[in-house]
Amino acid sequence: MIGRITLQLALLLIFAPLPLGVINKTKALFAGRVGPPLLQPYYDLARLWRKGFVISRTTTWVFLAGPVVGLVVPLLAALLLPFGGLTAPISFTGDLILFVYLFGLSRFFTAAAALDTGSSFEGMGAAREVTFSCLAEPTLLFSLLVLASGAKSLNLGALFGPQLAGQWQNGNSASLGLIFVALFVVLLVENSRIPFDDPNTHLELTMVHEVMVLDHSGPALGMILYGAAMKLMVLSAMLVRIAVPAQTGSLLFDLLIFLAGLLMLAVLIGIVESTMARLQLPRIPQVLVGTTLLSIFALILVLR
Amino acid sequence: MLLLLILMPLGVAGLSLLLPWYQTRSWLLPLGGGLHLLLVSVIITGSGSITGLWIGLDPLSRLVLVVTSLLFFGCSIYAVGYLNLRRDRGNLVIVPCLLVFLSAMTLAIVARHLGLIWMAVEATTISSAPLIYYNRNRLSIEATWKYLLLCSVGIALAMLGLLFIAYAALVGGTMPVSLQFDTLLSGAATLSSPWLHAGFVFLLVGFGTKMGLAPLHSWKPDAYGEAPGMVGALLAGGLTTVAFLAILRAMQLMIAAGDGAMARQALLGMGLFSLLVAAIFMVRQTDIKRMLAYSSVEHMGILAIGVGIGGVATFGAMLHLVNNALTKGCLFLSAGNIHRAYGSKKISHVQGAVATLPISGGLFLAGFFAITGSPPFGLFISEFTILRGIFANGQLWVGLLMLLLLGVVFIGMGGTVLSATQGEKVKLETGFKDSFLLVAAPLVFLLMVLILGVYLPEPLQKALHEAAALLEVQP
Amino acid sequence: MANLLLLIVILINFYTLGSARLVACIRGVALQGALLALLPLATHGPTGHALFLGAGALLLKGIFIPLLLLRTIRQVRIRREVEPFIGFVPTLILGFLVTAGAFIFADFLPLAYEHHEGLYVPTSLATMFSGFLILITRRKAITQVLGYLMLENGIFIFGILLSAAIPLMVEAGILLDLLVGVFVMGIILNQINREFSSLNTDRLTALKE
Repeated sequence: MIGRITLQLALLLIFAPLPLGVINKTKALFAGRVGPPLLQPYYDLARLWRKGFVISRTTTWVFLAGPVVGLVVPLLAALLLPFGGLTAPISFTGDLILFVYLFGLSRFFTAAAALDTGSSFEGMGAAREVTFSCLAEPTLLFSLLVLASGAKSLNLGALFGPQLAGQWQNGNSASLGLIFVALFVVLLVENSRIPFDDPNTHLELTMVHEVMVLDHSGPALGMILYGAAMKLMVLSAMLVRIAVPAQTGSLLFDLLIFLAGLLMLAVLIGIVESTMARLQLPRIPQVLVGTTLLSIFALILVLR
Repeated sequence: MLLLLILMPLGVAGLSLLLPWYQTRSWLLPLGGGLHLLLVSVIITGSGSITGLWIGLDPLSRLVLVVTSLLFFGCSIYAVGYLNLRRDRGNLVIVPCLLVFLSAMTLAIVARHLGLIWMAVEATTISSAPLIYYNRNRLSIEATWKYLLLCSVGIALAMLGLLFIAYAALVGGTMPVSLQFDTLLSGAATLSSPWLHAGFVFLLVGFGTKMGLAPLHSWKPDAYGEAPGMVGALLAGGLTTVAFLAILRAMQLMIAAGDGAMARQALLGMGLFSLLVAAIFMVRQTDIKRMLAYSSVEHMGILAIGVGIGGVATFGAMLHLVNNALTKGCLFLSAGNIHRAYGSKKISHVQGAVATLPISGGLFLAGFFAITGSPPFGLFISEFTILRGIFANGQLWVGLLMLLLLGVVFIGMGGTVLSATQGEKVKLETGFKDSFLLVAAPLVFLLMVLILGVYLPEPLQKALHEAAALLEVQP
Repeated sequence: MANLLLLIVILINFYTLGSARLVACIRGVALQGALLALLPLATHGPTGHALFLGAGALLLKGIFIPLLLLRTIRQVRIRREVEPFIGFVPTLILGFLVTAGAFIFADFLPLAYEHHEGLYVPTSLATMFSGFLILITRRKAITQVLGYLMLENGIFIFGILLSAAIPLMVEAGILLDLLVGVFVMGIILNQINREFSSLNTDRLTALKE
């Protein structure tokens, strides 16, 4: 138990920033640039950690709680989810609800921290972020329900367990395909990627997520970035597991398959970001409603 | 022989494209129509039924064929006079299109294969679109667009209905799947009934669009309103009858499969609704051609009700089919004359038609009395027979509702027609005069309806009974 | 394989319903047509009949008609947006409802033994209804043509189930109907454009009660 928890957390802590580097490298290659080194996100984190704090006098403890919760939540969530062929360290019936709302909690604190600064820009960013994730949440839940009704269980460990490979073979492959698409969109929304948000933009009016963390600096900013990277990895883990449900039995091979899948997904995100433009703001809810409908549709396919 | 009937109009259409003279080309229409009528009369006096794999003739199609051929011949004579008035438009398009339209209608009537019926009905849509677009102005574009779009969708749904019926045969599984009508009829009992029902509904909706049953009638007022008079007559008297025949085929299939009751219910419901819609829109209608279009919706509704009730009413519906086609011919052609004469079809411009144009105006007025079922015209007999069937069947409320709606239609239509026909003589700016070619056909049509009202010839009565018998439950 | 194709067809339905750009809609319908060309092959294997049907569908639905439509919007001055009567989100939701309805309805119909696994019937119905939705909720004449095409695509899917059982003539009928229908509509589209200098059916409202 303890061993598994340690292994899972170590995996997460060590590998989380790597996909970001891969994404940036892919984008650079598409643009014909050399791009930053693969390990650049690690360097950034290290640099931020060495810097000092600047905290506005108008803020309260909530301002600091944001980054802390943002860092802790992905760690907790990761314990509920099997990474690749590994089994989930903690598992109980109904933990998929906890999984979904852990991210809700982190979003609440991030938004609260943004509002705590009293800046109108950050308020605007918080409003947009909350709106989008509120629309993305049903997709996530319905997709998990699709998996749950296939697995006949409400427990994340079983949902992403060995039975997943069997589901691709029997009639459920259609709905699995659908929720893969739906969850990929959720991944892009939740992690503020193009075409929903641009992690690199620095123009206040166009920012969604970035504007919320504008006032954080030094280690606090580092925690936020690290937390975001881990969130990306946790959500990616679901997608990788759905796409590659193979299980070799050997711990090392399972791990390698998982990591390879993670990097492939990062490349995929990079390709999407390089080939698509950002969506017009009013179009985003339309797309999210579309993915929600898609996931409900997948559920109907499974249940019928 | 039947094949010749289909190919002959096509041949004449080809000839009309080659001939360079305007007048001669116009005269090709009565030539084609006359030959067609001649062939038809030879065929029906010859033998009773012709059976064939692809085309054949049974009592139902014989009846429709005669009516259509007669109507087309009348309209073709009118067309010569009409085209003389409209020399500026040219007749290089309308003449071949009318002949192709005739050929497609004939094919749809005599086809014994559901796929062939479908293709023929599709061909009528395509060949009639240029006819509606004849005037080439904004309004006729709009009408043509609506007509094409709605009818194409309808025909697509009918295709789906056909596929469903084929699938019913596939699931039923005891025979080789074929859409040949006689094969289907003989194997109807083995068809899978959910698929057959779904197929019937789609066929009803699809061909019902073509026939103009409410709520799928919305192309009708526009298309009839904008098309030239004889095209309106052909659409309202010929094409709708052909579409009705296609629905009757589906109905025959349902009856053979033992599901006649459901089919009758569906037809009865759509028929009553059509009557209701027509009655509502007919009141205070200010455009005489659009009024006629709603009258067509009304009479399609009456036909559907008649067949939906069954028994005596089916016979009434068959008679009504003949009467309606002829009266619509008279009304549309005389309305076309009035339109030409006044340069308008709105009752704000059209006044005193009887005084100004004694023959056309008088025909229009008499046609109005005929179409609303006043004695002594044939429609009185047929509507009376249908009502008798309804009451004999014990469906008191249906009968009362129908009487009430017919009354509303009479009053509504009367308001428009009287305001157009009564009044002082007006001076016409167009210089239009009633000529023999323009009034002969509607006059003959009206006389026929009048004769049918007082005396039903023995052969016709026999033909009607045979046709109605096809729609009854075989013991 | 066939089910995967059908699933993509449904996704394209949603994409077309939710798409705001006219060209994107045309491309979506074209892609759908091209995918449907593969369907006979996936269903019946590479028989001559299936090859013929597939080639016909590819040429007409996938290449010829989309090119015709694209040429039309290039030639005429026309706004590149779809201009729906009701918003995209309600259309999407309606589209979803009819799709779900199609799946439920299809369950009530008895299928021939060899078609039990496939999604043919529900996909066919869903595509038809989506086409219908586009037909009635969009303002432009050209989007109405697109809706009609989608409707035809739905019917084509159902036709494939029967293509072995009924003669070639009827299927040829489907393709012919499509060709001629769209061709005539194309001519009228040109006329509408010449008369009204716009393809909005909004202006086609002189005839009403």
